[in-house]
Amino acid sequence: MSRVASSRAALWQAAPLVVLLAVFFVLPLVLVVVVSVWDYNDYAILPDVTPRNYRDVFEGCLVALPELCVTFKTYLSTLKFCLMVWLSTLLIGFTVAYFLAFHVRSLGWQVVLFLVCTIPFWTSNVIRMISWIPLLGRNGVINQWLQQAGITDAPLEWLLFSDFSVLLAFVHLYTMFMIVPIFNSMTRIDRSLLEAAYDAGASGWQTLWNVVIPLCKPGIVIGSIFVVTIVMGDFVTIGVMGGQQIASIGKIISVQMSYLQFPLAAANAVILLAVVMMIIWAMTRAVDIRREL
Amino acid sequence: MRRPPAFWLLAGFFALFVLFLYGPVITIVVLSFQGPSGGLTFPMQGLSLHWFGRLWEGVGVVDIWAAFGRSFRLGIVVMVLTVLVSLAAGYAFRRRFPGSGLVFYAAVASLIVPSIVVSLGIAVMFRLLDLGVASVGEWLGIEWFADSFTTTAGIYTSGLGAHLTWTLPFGLLIMFAVFNRFDGRFEEAARDLGATPWQTFRHVVLPIVAPSLIGIGLFGFTLSWDEAARSSQALGGDQNTLPLELTGLTTTVTNPEIYALGSLTTGVSFAVILSALLTIRALRNRAAALRAKE
Repeated sequence: MSRVASSRAALWQAAPLVVLLAVFFVLPLVLVVVVSVWDYNDYAILPDVTPRNYRDVFEGCLVALPELCVTFKTYLSTLKFCLMVWLSTLLIGFTVAYFLAFHVRSLGWQVVLFLVCTIPFWTSNVIRMISWIPLLGRNGVINQWLQQAGITDAPLEWLLFSDFSVLLAFVHLYTMFMIVPIFNSMTRIDRSLLEAAYDAGASGWQTLWNVVIPLCKPGIVIGSIFVVTIVMGDFVTIGVMGGQQIASIGKIISVQMSYLQFPLAAANAVILLAVVMMIIWAMTRAVDIRREL
Repeated sequence: MRRPPAFWLLAGFFALFVLFLYGPVITIVVLSFQGPSGGLTFPMQGLSLHWFGRLWEGVGVVDIWAAFGRSFRLGIVVMVLTVLVSLAAGYAFRRRFPGSGLVFYAAVASLIVPSIVVSLGIAVMFRLLDLGVASVGEWLGIEWFADSFTTTAGIYTSGLGAHLTWTLPFGLLIMFAVFNRFDGRFEEAARDLGATPWQTFRHVVLPIVAPSLIGIGLFGFTLSWDEAARSSQALGGDQNTLPLELTGLTTTVTNPEIYALGSLTTGVSFAVILSALLTIRALRNRAAALRAKE
C-alpha cells in the first residue's frame, strides 16, 4: 500500500470516532459558548448578543466585597472540596499503588489485587453513595456503635448529609482514578534505580522522596486532573450525599437548566470550564518544570 | 525471603482500603434481605425477600422496570458501538493521519470536561435542533409537526451521544495501550504469506486483541449502565435511565426497597464483570492451548 492510500485508509477508520466526537462533544461545547452570550426570556432563547448572562452571574460580587457573593461562595466551597478530595485520594491512592507495585511480588497476585480495587468502579455510583446511609445515618451502624461503646451520648449529626459524607463519598468513588495512573507509572520504574539508591546509602524514605515520587509525577498529575475535574463539575454526589443542601457549580447549572435559563446556565458553564482549564494548565506546568530542571 | 515490616504495615492499609471499598455495598446487600417490619438500618428484623417482592411490583409512581429495560438496552448499544468505533480508531492511530493529534486531544478533553457542561451542550444543541425541525415542518405545512412534534432528544439520540462521549475515550485509551504492545511482525509475516489486509485483520490481529476488546465492551456497558451526570440534562422528555431514576428515588424512598434495587443493579454489574473476566480468561487459555499444540 502506498503512503497516501494508507493514510486515506486511516482517515476512514478514524471517521466514526471523529464524527461522534464532533457532533456530540465539540459542537455542543461551541454552542454552549455561543448561547452564553445570547439573550432569553421566560420561554425561549433569543439569538441577540448580550453580556447580560455574565453580568448576572457576577451580580453584586464586586460591590459586596469583602463579603462573598453567591457565585464566589460556591466556587470557594467547590474548591475546598477539590483540595480535600485531592489530598485524600492522592495519599490513599499513592499508598495503595505503592503496595501493589513494590510489595506484591507475583504478577498473578498483582493482577488479582488490582482487579479487587477496580471492580467497584464498574458498579453504580449512585448505589455506592446510598450504601453509606445505613452506616452513617442517625441510627446507623457507626452511631449505634459509638453510643454502645459509651463514646458519645447522642447520635452524631454531622456523619451523613454533611461536608464529611460528601468528602467520604468522593474518596470512595474516585480513589481508583489515582491508583491506576500512579500504579502504571510505578510499574515502569526501573528496579535497578531503587537498588542503586539503596547501594548509595539512601534510607527508605529518601528513596521514596527522591526517586519514586519524582518518577511517579506523570501518573500523579494524570490522576489529579481526573479527580479535580470530576469534583469541580459534580452535582450528583454533592446532591445525594449533601442531602441536596450543599451548593456546587454543577448544581447551579442544573437548576438554571430546569428553569430553562439556558443562556445563564451556559455562561456559568463557560466560567466553570475556564476555571477547570486553568487548574489543569497549572498542574501540567508542575510536571514540565520538573523535567526541565 | 522474609517480609520487611513495611510490607505488613502497607498490607494492613490495603486491607482497610478494600474494606472501605466493599463494606458499604455489602451492608446494603445484607439489609435488602431485611424482614417486612425492618427499617433502613440494623438490626435486621428477620430475613426475607419482602423488599424484592415490593420492588417487583414497582416503586411508587416510577416505572422502575421500564427504566431498567431502557438502561439495559442502551448499555448494549453503547457497548457494541464503543467496541467497533474504538477498534477502528485504534487501528487508524497506528499510522499518522492528518489531524490525528487533534482527534486525540478531543478524545482526552471529552473525558476531562465536566459532565454537566457536556450535558448542557447536548441539551442546548437538541433544543436548537427542535426549533429548526419544528419551523421547517411548519414551513412545509405538515400538520403533524404542529400537533405532535415535541423533541428530537431521546434515549437513542441525545442520550446515546452523551454516553458515547464518556465511553469512547476510555475505549480509545485502552486501544492505544494494546497497540503499543502489539508486535507488528505478526502482520508482516501474514502479508509476506500473501494475506489480504482483511485476512490479516481477521485471522491475525483480531484474535490477538480480542481479550482487550472484551475489556472495552465491559467499560462500554458498565459506564453506560451507571451514567447519571452526562445524561441528566440531555435526555429530554420523561424517558429516564435507571441511574437517573435512582438518583430521584434517594430523596423519596425511605424503606429497604431502595437497597433491594441497589443489590439488583449491583448484581447486574457483577454478572457483566464476571462474564467479561471469564471470557477474557477463556480466550487467553485457548490461545495458550493453540500455542502449546504447535
